[in-house]
Amino acid sequence: MPEYMSPREAWGKTLVELGQENPDVVVLDADINPATRTCYFLEKFPERFIQVGVAEQNMMGVAAGMATMGFIPFATTFACFASRRACDQVTISIAYPRLNVKIMGGYPGLFAGKNGATHQSLEDIAIFRSIANMVVIQPADAAETKQVVRFAAEYDGPVYLRIGRDPVPPVVPDDYRFRLGKAYRVRDGKDVTLIACGASLEDAVEAALMLEKKGIDARVINCSSIKPIDEEAIAAAAAETAGIVTVESHNIHGGLGSAVAEVVCEESPARLKRIGVRDVFGKSGTNEEMKKKFGLTAEDIAAQTVAFLGG
Amino acid sequence: MTPEKLKKLEEIASRIRIKTIKMLAGTTGHVGGSMSIAEMLAVLYFHEMKVDPSNPRFAGRDRFVLSKGHGCPALYSALSELGYIPEETLWTLHKMDSPLQGHPDMRMCPGIEMSTGALGQGISTAVGMALGAGMRKSGVRVYSIVGCAECHEGQVWEAAMCAAKYGLHNLVVFVDFNKFALSETTQHVMPIDPLPQKWASFGWHTMEVDGHDIGKIAAALDEARNIKGKPTAIIAHTIKAHKVSCWVGKWQCHSVTLTADQVRRTLAEMGCGSQEIDDTVVRMEQR
Repeated sequence: MPEYMSPREAWGKTLVELGQENPDVVVLDADINPATRTCYFLEKFPERFIQVGVAEQNMMGVAAGMATMGFIPFATTFACFASRRACDQVTISIAYPRLNVKIMGGYPGLFAGKNGATHQSLEDIAIFRSIANMVVIQPADAAETKQVVRFAAEYDGPVYLRIGRDPVPPVVPDDYRFRLGKAYRVRDGKDVTLIACGASLEDAVEAALMLEKKGIDARVINCSSIKPIDEEAIAAAAAETAGIVTVESHNIHGGLGSAVAEVVCEESPARLKRIGVRDVFGKSGTNEEMKKKFGLTAEDIAAQTVAFLGG
Repeated sequence: MTPEKLKKLEEIASRIRIKTIKMLAGTTGHVGGSMSIAEMLAVLYFHEMKVDPSNPRFAGRDRFVLSKGHGCPALYSALSELGYIPEETLWTLHKMDSPLQGHPDMRMCPGIEMSTGALGQGISTAVGMALGAGMRKSGVRVYSIVGCAECHEGQVWEAAMCAAKYGLHNLVVFVDFNKFALSETTQHVMPIDPLPQKWASFGWHTMEVDGHDIGKIAAALDEARNIKGKPTAIIAHTIKAHKVSCWVGKWQCHSVTLTADQVRRTLAEMGCGSQEIDDTVVRMEQR
């Protein structure tokens, strides 16, 4: 049984390491540090922890101003507020002048700890990837999260990090190295390709095992670098397998599926199926209940893939 | 302030206005809100702030953020007075690929410290700069001008709370209280009185000055330097479209296309000679 680990734990601990290594790293919080695990940074570096209160719009601007003074600010809140609430501030104060601010969106997608639609973010990938100069990354597991957080600190420019709340099994191997714009092939396969990000990877991998039992050899791709996206890996999947199925807990409009579809249409036309939240708001519930409600379980993914292949 | 210095600053404010009118001749732009801030810019850039025209990016410089970004023609004029922007470049305002965008762009225009224009946002970035400067113990001071109708934005008050919480005495915010919004008087669009009391209640050291009185602006900035543990708000009572007699007193002065006659009359009233006026009108017709 693989050890399940939480991306937010890995993120929170890596942030402390970065704080130790680089005095320019500062963290801004809009009053949710226990939930985003920036409380670890607060404990260690209270003088570099800026508590702005429940005011995400101001937080983005303060982060932008600090970036002009040579700091590396991590502005942290829930993904729903980083995207919906502070969209204009992120766009105009951070992305337009291409300032070195890292935005962390916690509780991405449906998996917002039973808080329901107000705290779920089914729009944030769509919003962030349509902002020029913005990089969008969602690591799939704890190990990749550590690397992605370090990448963000080293990269000169705005980065949006979607950091999952709940424990997930390992997806990337020990020798894995995150590279911007590069997807990782979790599993080889020649019949069909499943492309997923974040917490949906676990279900995509499980679906691939179910498909294997039906004689379908599914490739699984972890698309953690959502923008820029790995056009090469997507075009190859489109050409080498019978089609692509995308899986995400985000609205199918504008999310990972849309990003993949754009590449497929332009670079290597092929059949494509988007599995995700089909243009409705979320609900409160456990992650398992949520996956069942919105058709995102491994069984759902496997059945949809079989149907997609005409089986 | 010596009478000579006062006179010099008044002349700079006057040149900021003249350049602004020349810049806006032949395009449509924010006449009203540029004219109301000329004295504040003159005092900030030529008296108050640590700036070095020979090295515009030196790390210890004081920072200025025009939160009401639409007033940028006046800011471009002030930067041109400093030598950051060649005078010829002023006439490229609004042209494709000009460093002088419709709202200030810190990546395109030398001397601009923050890209602004989406109201409410600049003041937050100024708070971030002041906070960062304080953490670095750099001695850098940060200045910003916020519009009175900009105070309708909730973000202004988020920023105000944050600056007070962190005791940012290296931050001074002017409110350009010209009493006009875009579509009516500020008070009609959304009442904001009592503005000084609002800023004071948010934890700011608050003053009121005549925003066209250079001596009083400079004195208020002197007072701000001696305040510890609090940011300073200077409510500057101003006149929108000040010294543009054809537009003063009309809320429609926010963004206008000046006619050739209006340009001639305004520049003449500002003391320009006939050759300078003719050149402006010729250039205006070419643009």
